[in-house]
Amino acid sequence: MAELFGRLGTMVTRRVWQLGYAARFFAYVLMHSGTALRRFGLTIREMYFAGVMSLVIILVSGLFVGMVLGLQGYETLQRYGSSEALGILVALSLVRELGPVVSGLLFASRAGSAITAEIGLMKATEQLAAMEMMAVDPIARVVAPRFWAGVLSMPLLAALFSAMGIFGGYLVGVQLIGVDEGAFWSQMQASVDWRQDVLNGVIKSIVFGIAVTWIAVFEGYDATPTAEGVSGATTRTVVTSSLAILALDFVLTALMFTGGNAR
Amino acid sequence: MVEIEKLSFGYDRAEPVLHDIDLEIPAGSVVGIMGQSGCGKTTLLRLIAGWLKADAGRAQVLGEEIGRLDARRVFALRRKMGMLFQFGALFTDMTVFDNVAFQMREHTELPEELIGDLVAMKLEAVGLRGAAQLMPSALSGGMARRVALARAIALDPTLMLYDEPFTGLDPISLGVIARLIRTLNDSLDQTSIVVSHDVEECFAIVDYVYFMAAGRIVAHGTPQEMRGSKEAFVSQFVQGATDGPIPFHYPAPDYEPDLAAAPHG
Amino acid sequence: MKRSTIDIWVGVFVAAGFVGLLFLALRVGNLTFSTSQTYQVQAKFANIGGLKKRAAIKSAGVVVGRVSDIHFDNESYEAIVTFNLDSQFKFPRDTSAKILTSGLLG
Repeated sequence: MAELFGRLGTMVTRRVWQLGYAARFFAYVLMHSGTALRRFGLTIREMYFAGVMSLVIILVSGLFVGMVLGLQGYETLQRYGSSEALGILVALSLVRELGPVVSGLLFASRAGSAITAEIGLMKATEQLAAMEMMAVDPIARVVAPRFWAGVLSMPLLAALFSAMGIFGGYLVGVQLIGVDEGAFWSQMQASVDWRQDVLNGVIKSIVFGIAVTWIAVFEGYDATPTAEGVSGATTRTVVTSSLAILALDFVLTALMFTGGNAR
Repeated sequence: MVEIEKLSFGYDRAEPVLHDIDLEIPAGSVVGIMGQSGCGKTTLLRLIAGWLKADAGRAQVLGEEIGRLDARRVFALRRKMGMLFQFGALFTDMTVFDNVAFQMREHTELPEELIGDLVAMKLEAVGLRGAAQLMPSALSGGMARRVALARAIALDPTLMLYDEPFTGLDPISLGVIARLIRTLNDSLDQTSIVVSHDVEECFAIVDYVYFMAAGRIVAHGTPQEMRGSKEAFVSQFVQGATDGPIPFHYPAPDYEPDLAAAPHG
Repeated sequence: MKRSTIDIWVGVFVAAGFVGLLFLALRVGNLTFSTSQTYQVQAKFANIGGLKKRAAIKSAGVVVGRVSDIHFDNESYEAIVTFNLDSQFKFPRDTSAKILTSGLLG
């Protein structure tokens, strides 16, 4: 019995220690981001691999999510005779929640795992060590550009996801089902506040971008330099990032969308 | 060039991996550090390169006490060092040319035409100028190691460290790499440390050799002295004998009783 | 991958992202760059219900201004709502204001 508690305690202390280590790593990456920002070409290159390569999955998923929202939304609203509010439903769901969250989850599994695998593999094949031997800081040269690429790409991807989704909702609602086009757009415009809804959604996606990319680069850099080590690290990136996104989403939503009414 | 005195080190303080190492590497020479896998020779190399800090003793590299330097000064010192990693450690997302040009682009402001010429020169020295546009994945093991060598000498370092350069190569590539290590050392006025367990290739090119076992220096001398050595470990190593101070059998209970006992595993 | 190809694609990506953001802000949301003049009016309410800042002020169903501030008056124990009305609409002094909810069910 005592052994069980002992092991639990060890697990907790290890996690806390790891969190501290991850936080110091994060601070180190930020401090050594000079190269990534001065030689912006490095960051742009990583934005290609993280952002541009994720475009297809983001756009397609956004379209499908929007279309489903259109279908399900209409299904429920028309029971109360409010089918004209479909535009509001689709737009708010996407801009406030689904856009940042789903694109964050997709980004974590596509780009996040790729970043972890890449950095982990470079560590396993001693490329990072070789760089250090050549007096080039691998965190500044390899890690930081990938971090900033992720942070910059996430809000753009989330915006494109939401835009595609609204278009999908429009396709299904207006073109397919026959909701009034004018009502669709005008009611949407009247109810979606750019500051309250759109901007908050952007802020969410930036926070998710920081969290996901931080986890991805950390797991890669910290991976055991073997095949199993790297594969374990990529799995951990996807799992931890996904949980982090969902947890942060709750916190941010509570802060952003209920704070006004709590007055 | 490199002087090590009474050095001790352990990854875990309680279990030292290196005990009381005394080593001297005069400028201009090629020195071998040999021993079995796991005897600590790679750890010693990392201490010399400044990756690890000794627990006790002194490690003087290129005139500086490398254990006492802060990160920035270690980096500055590394500009004068070159290291060849066991499997090359080439950057897989760049061409051979970009790999060799890496240090020049990172540390100097040289114009691209000049870099192009310098890279061509370095690749010519290792015989791979024609492979400049290939990607590392297209290279054989021996070629990759030669490119890594060209990359390591890109900024003409004074101290070269070779971590098991002969591992896994065919006889021709072995000969090529060995010859390159010696000629580069002499023509570029370098000092080289070769960590290896390949007796023949190593003895052919080194001026002096240190033998290590279980984290200690057990013997040292010129290759000739080592060949004739009566020291048990050295003669077992040099001749590749299966049994000697290093036993063939991993410690296990007696054979017959073990076979007769209940199945295990 | 050629350097210039990468740059082009990243440029396209960033441009598309910004277009998406603008679309969301302008066409989906209500961001306007109105340069029209506004004048301030204050009204007292016993209960503001679910009124929030930047809520629309409508007359005959047309948006003529926005709520800019909501305050509690400690003396009269009523809410004081300040709104900015578009200068092109002038209302007579005895105009009354009502707070209506436009919920999901109309």
